[in-house]
Parts: sequence; structure tokens; C-alpha cells
Amino acid sequence: MMNPVYIALIPLLPLAGFLMLGLFGRKFFKETSGIIATLLLLTAFGLSVYVAYDYFTHANGGVYPKTIAFQYTWLRFTDTLSIDMGALIDPISVMMLLVVTFVSLMVHIYSLAYVKGEERFATYYAYLMLFTFSMLGLVLSSNLFQIYIFWELVGLSSFLLIGFYYNKPSAVAACKKAFIVTRFADLGFLIGILILSFYSGTLDFATLINTLTTPESAAMKNAVTASFLGVSAISWGMALVFIGGAGKSAMFPLHIWLPDAMEGPTPVSALIHAATMVVAGVFLVARLFPVFALTTPAVLEIVGWVGAFSAIFAAMIACTQTDIKRVLAYSTMSQIGFMLFALGVSKYGGENGLGFTASMFHLFTHAMFKALLFLGAGAVIHYVHSNEMKDMGGLRKLLPITHITFLIACLAIAGVPPFAGFFSKEEILLAAFNGNKTIYYVALLTSGLTAFYMFRLYFNIFWSKEPATQHDKHHGEGGFAMMMPLVLLAIGAAAAGFIPFGNFVSSDGAKLESHFHLAFSAAPVLIGLSGILLAFVMYKKQSNKATNLANSLGGIYKTVYHKFYIDELYLFITKKILFNLIGRPAAWFDKNVVDGLVNATGNATTMISAKIKGMQSGRVQQYAAYFFAGVFGLVLIFLYIWK
Amino acid sequence: MEGSTIIFYLLALLTVVSGILAVTATNILRAAISLLFALIGIAGIYFWLDYQFIAAVQIVVYVGGIVVLIIFSIFLTQSAGEKMPSQKLGRTVFSALAAFCGFALVLIQLFQHNFPISKDLTLTPKVADIGTQMLGVKEEGYALPFELVSMLLLAALIGCIVIAMRSKPQTT
Amino acid sequence: MQPGLYHILIISAALFFIGVFGFFTRRNLITMLMSIELILNSVNLNFIAFNKYVWPHKMDGLFFSLFVIAIAAAEAAVAIAIIINLYRSHQSIDVEDAGEMKY
Repeated sequence: MMNPVYIALIPLLPLAGFLMLGLFGRKFFKETSGIIATLLLLTAFGLSVYVAYDYFTHANGGVYPKTIAFQYTWLRFTDTLSIDMGALIDPISVMMLLVVTFVSLMVHIYSLAYVKGEERFATYYAYLMLFTFSMLGLVLSSNLFQIYIFWELVGLSSFLLIGFYYNKPSAVAACKKAFIVTRFADLGFLIGILILSFYSGTLDFATLINTLTTPESAAMKNAVTASFLGVSAISWGMALVFIGGAGKSAMFPLHIWLPDAMEGPTPVSALIHAATMVVAGVFLVARLFPVFALTTPAVLEIVGWVGAFSAIFAAMIACTQTDIKRVLAYSTMSQIGFMLFALGVSKYGGENGLGFTASMFHLFTHAMFKALLFLGAGAVIHYVHSNEMKDMGGLRKLLPITHITFLIACLAIAGVPPFAGFFSKEEILLAAFNGNKTIYYVALLTSGLTAFYMFRLYFNIFWSKEPATQHDKHHGEGGFAMMMPLVLLAIGAAAAGFIPFGNFVSSDGAKLESHFHLAFSAAPVLIGLSGILLAFVMYKKQSNKATNLANSLGGIYKTVYHKFYIDELYLFITKKILFNLIGRPAAWFDKNVVDGLVNATGNATTMISAKIKGMQSGRVQQYAAYFFAGVFGLVLIFLYIWK
Repeated sequence: MEGSTIIFYLLALLTVVSGILAVTATNILRAAISLLFALIGIAGIYFWLDYQFIAAVQIVVYVGGIVVLIIFSIFLTQSAGEKMPSQKLGRTVFSALAAFCGFALVLIQLFQHNFPISKDLTLTPKVADIGTQMLGVKEEGYALPFELVSMLLLAALIGCIVIAMRSKPQTT
Repeated sequence: MQPGLYHILIISAALFFIGVFGFFTRRNLITMLMSIELILNSVNLNFIAFNKYVWPHKMDGLFFSLFVIAIAAAEAAVAIAIIINLYRSHQSIDVEDAGEMKY
């Protein structure tokens, strides 16, 4: 077992960076904050690599143990129920350590050039480090409440970073929306935590999972028999916990915040809304996977369907969007849907746990190529100064490195071998085929759509029009700091597929052999290639084919373009129903009754005091009269009433 | 009907009637003179009770001092001539009612109480005894109150002079 | 019948409440002072009466009355001084005109 100090340092280094830059950055570290942050993160990344190497080479007879690196009791309720702060090391948390520190490091380096010259440079890096700390704390959490604490911290960092350009009203609206929607989902999460901790008597992950998966334990019997509206209590608990995860992972219908979150700077979108924070929901389901799979398989099925529906929903919308960051946002939502339904169709243990491994594998590879896509899009936006596809076109000669890396990422996400996405998607589809045939067909269709819209994006940016004149002769492609992360991530996107993931991560910790079925993988590859071909035909040269197709589809196209009017529906519900029926009466009550009561007390006091004031009239005889009356009254009382 | 009884009732009548005149007269000098007669009546009652010393003190201090002082002040504030303005009727009625209620209460209490009237009613203090007890320092001696009263009179003297002193005119 | 303690007490009570009535009713400061003197005298009468009829062998009531007379004198003197001072600033000794101490 390795020194827990190393493990503790991994989240604490970014925390130290946050405190230092947050408190003193503006005054002392204005220029150097980026370098300091990058160096701290480089150290954290190095430590993560060391921890991963140490963990994965010390398998215990083929099974990776779940170990607690350290644990401090913070708030103790009973002997078993306490909120601890600790680190739980198991395959998925070590994998997440690697992913988070690597992508965060790439984003830190990239931001050196992207955010250069910004007034609040140090604040930006402080927020980035706060986010990294929160995410690392989240993945290392050993306690269900601790994960909730870091969950909220991650939400806060996201809020701060989305609203970084606080002078833009759209950014402010977007960060509020993100925070409110995820907070609303976290209400479900909290109730779920309370239910789970009540029935299992503990908040510690290992003990909780143990208690809730052994059918003989008293807690489990209690949880299964107690029911509300016909659904057992434990199912409610797990469903509510999943709702919290769905909010953070932007699953339908809590997805409305993710496209708007693109108002933040592009490196932030790469880090938070593509690679790390939005997969927190998937991570949570993976963490509690034994309970989902063994005790409440019905909830797991719901997870699967929600994921599948979100995947195809987002893929459809992505085909119509013109803002390149929005396309990538919906693509993220779709891919997370993939990860969730892969978990949904999986079972626990051995071969049946393929979905689990596939989901985690896809999380790993998705982080690589999605971050690459966003950073590449950032390079394009940095060059063209606009987010819209119509302002781009023919950029392949002007931005060569960006072009190549973007192409690699698109091929990866479309599932073209030998890039990473092919391997992870193939495993997901295999698991879906074995688990739930309907979801398999939905997934196949979604893969086709994915290839189509990604290459639509690619062709619209880099082909389509012939480049006119260069915008800025000296502007160029962005410096070394922007290109290096692109190259590194491209290497990851290309090579990560060859990692035998089943050897490291599986549902029960034992090694899982992954088989390669040539015939089986032919179907998705063919569909992907046909999607690419369609996009090639429609978008390589500028033509009317796309607009003709859109017009012929008429109303359907309009609905999909407006994102199925979900935002309008939410606005309607909040404005007409919540505000008018609940908000306005409550406000009326508060203003008139509550305030009225308080004001009435004040007014009454003033009136009484005005009346009493008259007693001091300055007239001696009146005072003498009061005096006499008082004495007379007292005499009467003492003589007749109080003997 | 004995002589002393008649004298007592006459004195009582003088006192009470003068008192009522003192508080209801509209001419201030008339009020002052009625007060004088009321005080003389009270002194008369003291004489009738065989307490000559206190009667003498009453006449010397009260009648000869205080009433004279009051008449001085009437002249000093130049309100001797004209009639005084009278009070609102409501006020008068209310005050009369209050006074009457108080009087009734006191009378009721008075007649319900049995005072232990002593049998030996002819004993009156001698002036020599009054003197020795006034300046006595033993038990039941009033030397301390005597000294205190003298200091009070000194303070009152100085206080009056200071309060009534005309402030120095400002030099222009 | 022979006038006794009760008769004198009735007289003193009557004088007291006449003085109270006068204090409430009169507008002139000097007449208010005169009412106060009536009240003080009624108290004196009370003390002497009790001394004569209930405690004839002691002299406490007498001394008390003596001191009350002395103090009443001092108080009347100070009151006159104040009235004169008030007259100088207000040119009137009507108690209604001296109402600056109101709220």
C-alpha cells in the first residue's frame, strides 16, 4: 500500500493553488499565475501516474482491491453513521484521477495562450484549480456525503467558470441556469442519500454497498419491504440518487443547461462540460453499481432507457445546430447517454459486467477526443473570432495542425478503426446486443447520426468554402501553448483504444477478457462510414443540398432546430405555473401578511406612543392630577383588594 | 353645650370657610387674606388643644412670615389689581369630584377604625421639656433633625438669593 | 358632645382636600402655593391631634409639626424665588403660560 500522502497531495495541490491564486493572484501573481498553476498540475499529474502504476501493478490475485487510503471522521451521528473525509482507491477512481489530471493539465497549458491578456488571468486559473480540486475530491470520495459535498463544489466551480465573462448577460443567464438546474437535481440526490443512509445505517461506500447487496442483512430486508406508492424504499433511494447524477450529466429532461454552458471560455467547456464534470453522474452510477445491478435492477433499466433516449435525442438536435460549440455540447450529451445506457444494460460480475467496463472505457476515450474537439474548436474560434459555422470554411490550409488533430478526433468519435472511439463503442454495442436488443438498435442508429453530424461540422469548418484572404497575416494558428495539448490529446485519441481496459476496470474488480468480434463490429463501422459519406456529399462543397433537405423536412426540421422546444416548455412551466400560481401568491402573502404584521406592530407602537406622548404636556396640574389618581388607586387596591 | 365646644365649632367654621374662600376667591389679595384667617383658625385650634407652643410657632412663622412673603410676591409680580382668570368648568368639576371622592374615602376609613384614645387627656407638654428634648442627644432627642433643619434653612436662603438674583446686564 | 379626636381629624381631612381642589383648579402660581400651604397645615393638625389624644405623654407629633413648619417656610421661600424668576422671563405667573416642558 503506497504512502497515503501522495494520494492526499493529488487534490491538495490544486487546492493550494486555488487559495494562493485566489487570495493573492491579482496583486502578486498577475503574469505568472498560469505557469504556477500548470506546474502544480504537472506535479499532480505525475503523482496520479505514479499512483496508477503502483495500483495496477499490485493486483491481489487478479482482483483489484478497494482500499481506503486515509479517512478522518468529521461528523459522527451514530457508531456507524458518520460523515468522513477520506480517499477510496479502486480501479475507477484511479482511472478518473488519470483522466482528470491529464485533461486539466492540457487545459491549463492551452489557456496560457487562449486567455492571455485577460484582466482576470489569475482569477481564471484560481477557478480552474478550484474545479480540479473539487473533481479530484469527488472521484476520491470514500463517503456518500463527501461525494455530495464535492458534487456541490464542482457545481460551484462550473457556475463561476461559465459566468467568467460576467459582463455578458447571456453568460450570467447561462451560469444561473446551470446552477439552478443542477441544484434542483441535487435535491433528489440529497433525498436519495438520506434514504440510503437511513436504511443501511451508514454513509461509507464500502459498508453501504455491502449492506445493501447482501439479501440476508436486516437492513436490506427493511429497505426492500418498506415501500411508498408501491415502489420499495431502496428503489426510491437509488432512483433519486440517479436523478442527481442525471442532472449533473445533462440527461433528458435536465439537459437544458449544457448547451447554454457554452457561454464560458472554450478551455472551460473542454475541461468541465466535456471531459470531467458531466461524467460525474456516470461515475456516481458506476460507484454504486453493485447496488444498482444486484438490488434494484428495475432502476438500472430506467438508467439504460434514459441514457439511450438522451443519446438519440441529442444526436438529432446536433444535426441541425450552426454554432460549433453547441454541436459539440449536444455531442457530449449523446456520448454520455452512451455511457449511461452501457451501464444500464450491464449486469454485475464476470462476463456479464461487460457494459460496466465498456462504459468506463468510453468515458476514458471520450475525455480524450472530446477535449481535443473542444480545444480545436477553441483554436478555430480564436482565429475566426466567431462561433458560427457560416463564418468558417476552407480553414484546412490556414490551420494545419488544428485540422489534422480535429480530423483524428472526428474519426475517433465516429468509431472508425483504429482510433480509440472504435474500440470503446464496439464494446458498448456488444454489451447492448447482449443486454437489450432495442437499445442496441437505437445505439446503432445514434452512431450513424454521430458520424454524420461530426463530419458535417468538420466539413463546414475546414472544407466547404475556399478561403478568402487570411484574416490576420500575423495571427497564425496560435502558439506552441495551444498546439501542444492538441497534439498530445490526438495521440491519446489515436492510441488509447489499444489499452486492454478489461484488465484494469471491471464491475467486480477481476480482470475481464475483452474479445474482438470482427463480424459484429462490421455493422457499426459501416454505418459510421455511410454517415461520413453522406456528410461528404452534402457539405464538402458549398451547395444547396443541405438547405433543400432542410426545407423538404419542413416542420420536423424546425422542431429539431429549436431543440424540440424543451427550453420553451421549461420557461412556460416556470413562468406561468410556478411564478403565477405559487410565486405570486407567496409574494403577496409575504408582502401583505407577514410584512403587514410587522409594519402593523410598528405602526401600532407609534400610534400608542403618540397618544401616550400627550401625557407629558408640561402642565403641572395635570401631573398632579395623575399623581393623585395613582395614589388614590393604590390606596383602594391596598385597602380592599389586596389584604 | 359647653363653652369650649362652641369655641371649637366656631374655630372649625372659621378655618374651613377661610380655606374654601382661599381657593375660590377671584381677587388674589382676598385669597391671601383668607389664607391668613385660615392659618389663624388653625392656630386657634392649637390653643384650644392646649398646645400653646406650637400655636405660637404657627402664628409667628406661618402667619407672620409665609403669608407676608406671599403678599410681597403678589406685589412684586404686579398681579394685585385685576381679577384672575378662572379655570375651565370641566376642570373645576373634575377636581371637585376628585377631592370629594378622596374625602369620602378618608371618612369611611376613619369611622371604621378604632383609635386607642388615651384616658389621660389633660397632660400637655411643658415648654421646658420641649426645649430639652429638642436639643437632647439621648434616646428621643431631636438634636440631629434640628441641625439638619438649620442646614436646610441655610441652603434655602442661599438658593433663593441665587435663583432670584437679577443677572448682570450685558456690557455693550 | 365633647369634640374629640374624630372631629379634628374630619377638619384636617376637609382642609387637605380643599387644598387639593385648590391646587388642581387655580391658574395662578401663587394661589397654587397657597393651596399647598393649606395641605401642609392640615397635616400638621393631624399630627398634633394624634399627639394630644393617643400619645399624650410623648411629644413626637409636636416635634414633627415643628419641623414641618420650618421646612414649609423654607419651601415657600424657594417657591417664591422661582416664581419671581419665572415672572422675569415670561412676564406672567399663569401656570398655563409656562408649558415649555411638553414633549
